[in-house]
Parts: sequence; C-alpha cells; structure tokens
Amino acid sequence: FHAVFLLQVENVKLLDRYTNRKAVSGTLYLTATHLIYVEASAEVRKETWILHHHISSVEKLPLTTAGYPLLIHCKNFHVAHFVIGQERDCQDVFTSLLKLSQPVKPEELYAFSYNPKMSKENREMGWKLIDLRLDYQRMGIPNDSWEITDINKDYEVCSTYPPEIVVPRAATKAVVMGSSRFRSRGRIPVLSYLYKENNAALCRCSQPLAGFSARCLEDEQMLQAIREANPGCPFMYVVDTRPKLNAMANRAAGKGYENEDNYENIRFKFIGIENIHVMRSSLQKLLEVCEMKSPSMSDFLTGLENSGWLRHIKAVMDAGVFLAKAVREERASVLVHCSDGWDRTAQVCSLASLLLDPFYRTFKGFMVLIEKEWIAMGHKFSHRCGHLDGDPKEVSPVFTQFVECVWQLMQQFPCSFEFSERFLLEIHDHVYSCQFGNFLGTCHKEREELRIFEKTHSLWPFLLQRKQELRNPLYRGFTAYKELQPNTLPFSFQFWCGMYNRFDKGMHPKQCVLDQLLSCISQKVTLEDSASQLENKLPILDGPLPSKGCTSPEAGAAAAKAPTPPQDCAGGAAPVLSNGPSLGQQKHKESPAQPQDLGASREDGQAQHQ
Amino acid sequence: MASRSPPALGGPLLAPRLSPAVPTWHPTRAEAAPMEFSELIKTATVENVLLSRPGLPAVRGTLCITSHHLLLSSSPRGDLELWLLIRNVDAVEKRVHNLGWYQPPRTAGSLRDTRVSGSSGTITLRCKDLKVLQLEIPGMEECLNIASSIEALSSVDSVMMMYPFFYRPPGLRLQQGWHQSPLERHFQQVASQTSQWRLSTVNRDFSACPSYPPAVMVPAAVGDDVVAKAAAFRQGGRFPVLSYFHPKNGTALLRSSQPLTGPNRRRCREDEKLLGTILDEGERGFIIDTRSAQAAKQARMSGGGTEPKSSYPQWRRLHRALDRGRPLQESFIRLVEACAEQGMDRWLGRLESSRWLSHVKAALSTACLAAQCLDREGCKVLVHGAEGTDTTLLVTALAQLILDPSCRSLEGFQGLLEREWIQAGHPFQLRCARSASSHGRGKQEAPLFLLFLDCVWQLSRQFPFSLEFGEQLLLTLFDNAYASSYGTFLCNNEKERSLCKVKESTHSLWAWLNQPEERQKYLNPLYSHNPLVIWPSVEPQSIQLWQGLFLRWIRPSQHLDEAWAEIRRLVEGNNSSSKESTGKRLSQSFPDPTAGTQNGR
Repeated sequence: FHAVFLLQVENVKLLDRYTNRKAVSGTLYLTATHLIYVEASAEVRKETWILHHHISSVEKLPLTTAGYPLLIHCKNFHVAHFVIGQERDCQDVFTSLLKLSQPVKPEELYAFSYNPKMSKENREMGWKLIDLRLDYQRMGIPNDSWEITDINKDYEVCSTYPPEIVVPRAATKAVVMGSSRFRSRGRIPVLSYLYKENNAALCRCSQPLAGFSARCLEDEQMLQAIREANPGCPFMYVVDTRPKLNAMANRAAGKGYENEDNYENIRFKFIGIENIHVMRSSLQKLLEVCEMKSPSMSDFLTGLENSGWLRHIKAVMDAGVFLAKAVREERASVLVHCSDGWDRTAQVCSLASLLLDPFYRTFKGFMVLIEKEWIAMGHKFSHRCGHLDGDPKEVSPVFTQFVECVWQLMQQFPCSFEFSERFLLEIHDHVYSCQFGNFLGTCHKEREELRIFEKTHSLWPFLLQRKQELRNPLYRGFTAYKELQPNTLPFSFQFWCGMYNRFDKGMHPKQCVLDQLLSCISQKVTLEDSASQLENKLPILDGPLPSKGCTSPEAGAAAAKAPTPPQDCAGGAAPVLSNGPSLGQQKHKESPAQPQDLGASREDGQAQHQ
Repeated sequence: MASRSPPALGGPLLAPRLSPAVPTWHPTRAEAAPMEFSELIKTATVENVLLSRPGLPAVRGTLCITSHHLLLSSSPRGDLELWLLIRNVDAVEKRVHNLGWYQPPRTAGSLRDTRVSGSSGTITLRCKDLKVLQLEIPGMEECLNIASSIEALSSVDSVMMMYPFFYRPPGLRLQQGWHQSPLERHFQQVASQTSQWRLSTVNRDFSACPSYPPAVMVPAAVGDDVVAKAAAFRQGGRFPVLSYFHPKNGTALLRSSQPLTGPNRRRCREDEKLLGTILDEGERGFIIDTRSAQAAKQARMSGGGTEPKSSYPQWRRLHRALDRGRPLQESFIRLVEACAEQGMDRWLGRLESSRWLSHVKAALSTACLAAQCLDREGCKVLVHGAEGTDTTLLVTALAQLILDPSCRSLEGFQGLLEREWIQAGHPFQLRCARSASSHGRGKQEAPLFLLFLDCVWQLSRQFPFSLEFGEQLLLTLFDNAYASSYGTFLCNNEKERSLCKVKESTHSLWAWLNQPEERQKYLNPLYSHNPLVIWPSVEPQSIQLWQGLFLRWIRPSQHLDEAWAEIRRLVEGNNSSSKESTGKRLSQSFPDPTAGTQNGR
C-alpha cells in the first residue's frame, strides 16, 4: 500500500455470517477513505475493502471468546463482522470509523479528494457528457407548444429546480411566477417527457397550496396550458402518488391536492405509494430478513412478506405503468406530484419514461434519465443517502427502489436493456460512495455552491469506459422493443438477491451466465478481427488473383470497418440467470447444506466452470 | 375426425395445418373406437364451440370427442386444431346458463330429461399439466353430454385401455427405446471399477420384491438366499440394493424400505449380514431415514421401524423428515391455487403457506447430506423411509445428480430416471393419477416426481452450464408423467409393466425424445461438461419458485423465450464462427422465438 494508514490493527478476524468455518487472522488498516482488511494466511492475498462513506452503522457487540466483535453495516448491503483481539484496538477502530463514516462538512466527502489523474480538459469534458438539452431536442423541443426557458436562472421560481426548465409556450412569465407561489417550494409543473408520437406530455410538480379552499388562477392557467399543448386529448390526468389519506392530511397544513372543480377538464387520481418513512422501515425489515442466520423457507418468505418491500416496489411499478398507459393509449398528458415532488414523483416519472422510450434503456439514455429526473430536478441525494451526518429521518431508499424497479423490468424483458444488472449495482454503489460529484448535495443550486463541476469528477465517463463488462449480451438493440408493458401481478416481483445479499456469494448461482455470454461476445470480436486481418493479408500473400481476387480485399476491408458486433447482437444476460456482483470488494459466503453433526469441513466443492 | 392422429406429445397444440400434400393424420387403432369407449361418448361432435384460454385469443370451431382426444378444429377455415389428450383432464367443471328454475343433475345419470333447449353451457377443463381451458357449448344437453363423456373417458382405470396402447407415431418402431436396459449398463459401469457388487437375478420372477426390477445390484459377498431372506424382513420386499457407486472413493449409495422390526424388535440375521458385509471392520456407514425419529419409532407399532443400533452397530442413523403422501399433495394443490388467483394481496404469504418451497429446500438439503456423507466423509449410505418408493428415490436420484457428472447429460439423465424412478418402482400410476385439481379424491396421489423435477430445475438455475438439458425437458417429463401418449410412465413397477406388456405394445418416450430433431429442443445451449460435484446452496434466497412450470399458462413467456433464443444464437454463433469465416455469421438465420415452444403452449 502506498496510502497512509491512520490505523493498523493486527490479529483481526473477519467472520463469515453463514458458515462455521474457522476464521483466519488478518490485519485491518484504516486509510483516509477506506477500511482494508487483509487475510494473513491466505495463499492468494485476500482483501476486503470498505469505503468509509459506504458504512451506515458500526456496532460493538458483547465480548466473545474470540475477542471483541465489531459489526459493520454498509449502505450497499455489505455486512462485515470483525473480531478484534484487544479491547483497546476495538475501541480505536470503533471511534475512528464513527468519525470517518459520518463526515460533517461537504468538503470532507471523497469526491473532493478523489484524484484519478485525469487532465483538466478531460474532467470538464466528463461533465459535458450528458447534455439535457439534447434529450429535449430528441423529443422535438423546443416546438410550437413547449419551450426551454431560463426563467429560473437566478432560482427565483424555484430554488430546487435547475436554471433551465421546460414549460408550455402558452404559459407567460406571470403564469409561471404565479403558479410557483401556489406550489409547495415553488416546484411548478414542468415537462418531464414528451411522447412525440401523440404529443402527450408527462409533467411533474409538487403539491398545490390548496388547503381547504384556496385557488390560484395562474396555476389553473398553467394546467390549462399543459392540457392545450396536447390538442389530441380533451382532458389531462393529475396524479397524486400519495395515499389519499396522506394527501387529505396535508390540506390541514394548507397544502393538499387539486380540486377537480377548479381546474378545467382534469381527471384527478390518487396512487397510493407510501412515504419515505414507511419505505425506510420496510427496507430495515427486509435487511433483517436477509441477515437471518439459517432461516427456514417459511421464516424467509414470511419475513419478506411482512417487510412489505415487494409490495412497495409493485406500487411504484404500477404507478409507472399507469402513467405510461395514459400517455400511450389514452393519449392524455399527465401531471404527477406527491408532496414536494422529488421522491415518488421522480420514481414514477423516470420509470414511465423508461417504459415508453427505448433510448432510456441504453447506457447513455439511462444516464440522461438519472441526470434529468433525479439530479437536475432536485432529488435530495445527500439527505436520502445520508452522505453527511444529519437527520436519520431524512434517509430513505427512494433511489434504491427505482433501481430495483429497473431490475424487475430486466427480469421480464431480458433483451431490452443495453446494460446488465452490474451497471445498476455500480450506479447504486456510487450514489452512496460520494466518490463522484454527481450525487452530492440536494439540488443544482447547492451543487453550484459546492463547486462540484470545478472540483470533482463526473461518474458517467468512468462507467462508459467499462461498457464492455457492464453491457447486456442479450440486448437486441434499440429498435427491438418499443414500449414495455410489464406484468405487475404480485408473482412478477422477485426478491433481488444480487442486491440485498450481493456480498453473500454462496447464495448466488455458482456459474455465471452473464460472464459466459460476455466472453462469447468478446471471443467473437477477437475472431472477427483476426479473420479480417487474415483476409486482408490474403491477396498480398497470394498475389493478385485473376478474377475473384479483386473482391476479397473489399470484403476484408468491410469486415475490418466493423470491429464491434453490430447492435442487434449486443444484449443482457437473462438476468433471471445472472449473478451480479463484479466488484473487487466481496466476501465469500458458502452455505451449502451440511450436516452439523458430521462436523465436516468444507472448503472446496464449489464446482467451477472452466 | 376420429381417425386423425394427434400431435406427438399428446399435449394440446395449436398448429397451423400443414400443407395439404402432407396429411396430418394417419390411420390408427383409435379409428375403430372399441365398444367400451363408444358407450362413454354421448355426444361426439358439437359445432360452434368457443374455446378460451388465459392469455390467448379465443377460438371458435367444431368440437369432437374421440376415444382418447378432445379435438377442436377452428371454423370456418379450419386452420387451427387443438388436440387435448383426455387423460390430461384432471377435473371437469360445468355451468349451464339462462336456466332460472332448472337445476342441472349433479351426476351424468339423468341427462335425457333435459327440458330446456336453446341455452348454453360452459365447461372448464382443469388439466393435469395445470392448464385451464374453457369451452362454451351451445345447447345445454350437448354441454352436459360432453362434460360427462370427458369425465368418463378421463377416468378409465384399465391401463391397457390407455392411449399409449393405441398410439403409433410415424417414424418410430415399437421396440425402439425399450431395449436399452439402463440397469445392466449401469452395472457394467460399476463392474469395471469394483468387484464388490454383483448383478443378482433373485427377483427375476418378481418373487422377492414385486416392486423391484428383475435384476438388481447387491453386495458380491452375499448369496441370493441371504438376499431373499433379507427381502422378507423389509417392507414390500425392498431389500437394500446398490443405487450408486461413487468411483472417486469407492463408497456406495444404497436404498431399501424400512425393516420390519415391529413392536417386538424382530431381527433378521440375513439383513444384518447383507448390510454388515458392505462395511469393513471399523468402517462406519450412515442410514438416512427420510422420516422424523418420532415417525420412525411410531412405525414400529404397525410392523415397521428402524435398524436398531445394537443389531447394526456400524451404522449410524440420521433422520431427515421429508413430507410425502397427502401433505405433499395438499402443498401442490395450495400452490397451484395461489398461482391461479390473480392480483391477490398476500402472494408471498400464500406461497409460504403452501409450503412447496420448504419441501424443495428439505429435499435438496437431504440429498446434499447423502452426497456429503459419500463424497466428503467417504462413508457408505443407505437411504430409506417407509415404503422406499417415494422420498427414498427422491433423495438417491438427487444425490446422484449432485455427485455424478454422467447423470447430467441428456442420456445420463434418462438413464437415471429409468433406474431410480421407473424401474425402482415409484408408483407413477398411483401418484400421478390426479394432479392439482384433485380435492380429496384419492389417497395415493402425491407429486414426488414433480418435486424431484423442481429440485433439478433449482440445480440447473444454480449451475446453468452443468446440465446438458434445459427446462423444456423437465416440463415434458412432468406432462408425460401425468398424461402421455407413451408407455414410459405407465403402471407402478416393472412387474405390472411386464403383465400389461407395456414394452411390447407401447412406444417409449425416450425413443421419441432422442430423435435428432426432437432432441435439439431439450438441450441446454450453455452446457459444458463439468466433472465436479455440484453443491447447491439451500439458503432460502437461493431457492425460487419454478415459474416456468407453475405459471406456465399464466405469465407471458415471450420475452423469456426470446432471451433463450438469443443465448442460443450467441453461443452457437460463437461455436460456428470459430469454424466458419466471418462473413457467414450474419446470414445465420434468426431462430423463431416461438418455434421451440409452440408444442408446449
């Protein structure tokens, strides 16, 4: 290691949660950014790396005969159980980790010190990789009905919106400003996605400050402008993604929901997605189930059911499906909000876009989608992910749920995503890692203040570099599937072992289809390359051939032009079969059935595929 | 109409009719329906019947009932034909409409006095392969007639009246597939590695054990007289026989039924000797009893029991309770009900309370235990429960699949099924008489074989490259175990098969499957020989509901089929591109994603 160690502790054991195998001793190091554990006696050097920012809790457990246990839970669902020989050492590690894992000031975040040795130009290029204007252009905006306006350049309309927003042309500045005063935190209705085929628009905002009777003419005009931007449909939907009861309770606080009598031709609808607190506690219950020690099938299924997790995932998916259907089949524009319009609204708008538009199922498109619906529109990553020491009640797995919805879609449509499960896991890791600037802060304004565009790197170019390993070998290309219409019956939602038990390798399929197919593709590419090289050489070695000779150099050249496989044979592992993680920092858990009474030691036996 | 030959696998299939030049029908013996059948068919043909199935467009056409099939031929164009083997019908539900005061007779008895005409009826057919078909039939009398005909034809008891005895597929010879004797071949394999085991013909006339095949493998050191006496001490005569020889360390897997210890703690020197000679001095063996210790103890009251430590000092007993019989059947029924109930609230709760996945986990765990005793501990293992025909076979067959790479090829797997299930005397006819719609009807039904197939599916999911065959084979085996055009799964044991002349008068499923173009459909494109033991994980997170079977007719599978077609294309493209030149890669035809599945869906 070249890094400076803040702490080095010998004689530390890393326990395996599931097997009773004797743990070997090793050394634990703390650097400024990572906890690193190196197994001492392993023939092959075995390292476990944990990023401090990934640590969500550190617990000291009661003393055991082996020593002083320290249990570390990570935000990427890694659970590490260390046993430290000396009490003093344990206390040192404990207090250091508490401090290191809960930075107080934003400047302490990894992104501000992360230095991948990249030129300034490349770093700046990286931030320009995703250009939201291009995505609006793709939708045909600006057009007769919609415009991109910089009305929010000084954050006068809304402090949590980006400087540029897309609103109906018909909405004057007075309407926009008026509406912003009637919407919680000024989050006015703006365009999220325009379905070009029929001009139906997906728009988002926060709840209106309607109370029991308040009205706002400008806000009503705003909705009218959105509705009239889609002349093909006489009405528009207004969807409140909260349970009705929650929305009604908000009225007492002067907020609430739209009164159908006050807005012309709207169809109002509730979709009951629970709030961030319910989701946080649901995840907590899910993780408890995932960590149970040798649970029976009933324990597991009952626990999974009682956590409610898959029911919440289904609720989000159902909402996304409803929006996509309204836009595509009813040709109706939809305005979506929840309370502040940055959690559930972000989930369902991005999901609906993903269902409607195959572009968002490509690498680039998915990055655009996250930048647009989550980062730009002010999903409070910093609070929801607990980047800094703060209010634990603000933490909630809202983005995780979105990522899981995408994974569930991959299970049903294995050939329709350009990327594989691994891409999702990478993104999920980095939402919490704070290694890149993208997910820091809570909104665009805050990111500007933090000067992340000058001081940090963007994640996306780093992921694009790794496209080959993150791609879905079964992807059938951009045009193979247009809209996705997933099945949302309860049995369609599966437990995502690759996420919540990702570091328990023993639970995953022992042979990885994804790797196998990726290697098939890369072999093919290599073979084609060498074949075309050979073909190029042929005429030279043989000399010009009389008649056929002139055709072969051309054929060779044509083949050489396409070293990568064409779109139609790129693709994604049937994620049904896939076995996700590829990160270096993994611990191994093998949990084959074994009779305790035999006391057999099992070290090998994991059949490896060659 | 009755003269047409149905599609080969007997399952319903909607297939565009072939060009007129290729007749789709062949004269068969069914042409002349025997008297027994014609009496059962009250109405043979009804026009204008509407067939609906979940997830597929409804078809209107002419419905015919033949001795063994229900045929719906779409009208007016007749471009679609649906064949359903009537044996596949598990339950018939009928409902007649627009009747007001009329109560339909509960039995098929008094149909003649149907006083209302011009009304219609709906028949719901719940099939053994879990498919549900609905037929809307104009005319109440016709409806009730059709329903009672199907009920009667689907519950014909006599084995020799069943369709395999009439089915003569083109291109297959009767003896094909039957001549393979997996047991003898298996013995030759064992004999090439050890001389500790011999092939005994003590059961050649089925006198020692009616549910064993004529030839079985026993320790070379004991004579047939000892074996015969040991047989008398085991339930149903199922004395300990060799199931699998583990070449890696020379250990062996045996199976039997429970000893007839009884309340008086009877002993049998010959049985003790048989098991004793297997172990060297000081060597220990394990007996895996697939009942709980309590259940095994209770079995003594009814004449059964366990091997007491005092008489079998070198054997150590382990109890692993595996459900079978009624509890397993109920579990199957509850699971299928839960799957059919769409949009229900507590899906996971229902899945849990069906307990099916618990059975899967328990079966895999016990098989792993047996495999571990053999491979890791180097100990010989005897597996038995009570009769030794159900959970015993489940465990021994799974353990072999885990340990022995040769069982994981398509041929090897057929051999395994033949040895460990069919010839070993799993009573298929009793266990698979009814499927998941059989509320409280029979006492003998239990989906042991389905549980085995499910466990194999779990293995294939955890080791996606290690089995040469894919899900389609497992589905086909499930379908054929419950209703088949072939004789392979008929009867309960070899003795019955020989009495019924199954091998002489019916076709073998294997002969059909092993035809080159047919075989292709069952292969796993990702297969590559894996010489190692495949230890599955039995953590609940690693065990999944087998959607391909339990939701086969409920969830759309088009996108998953496309994924498999894509996998096939990638893998095969890769294999061929290493041989062929690059230019040809794109010209390879794209497989029609529905082609492989049409037969099944």
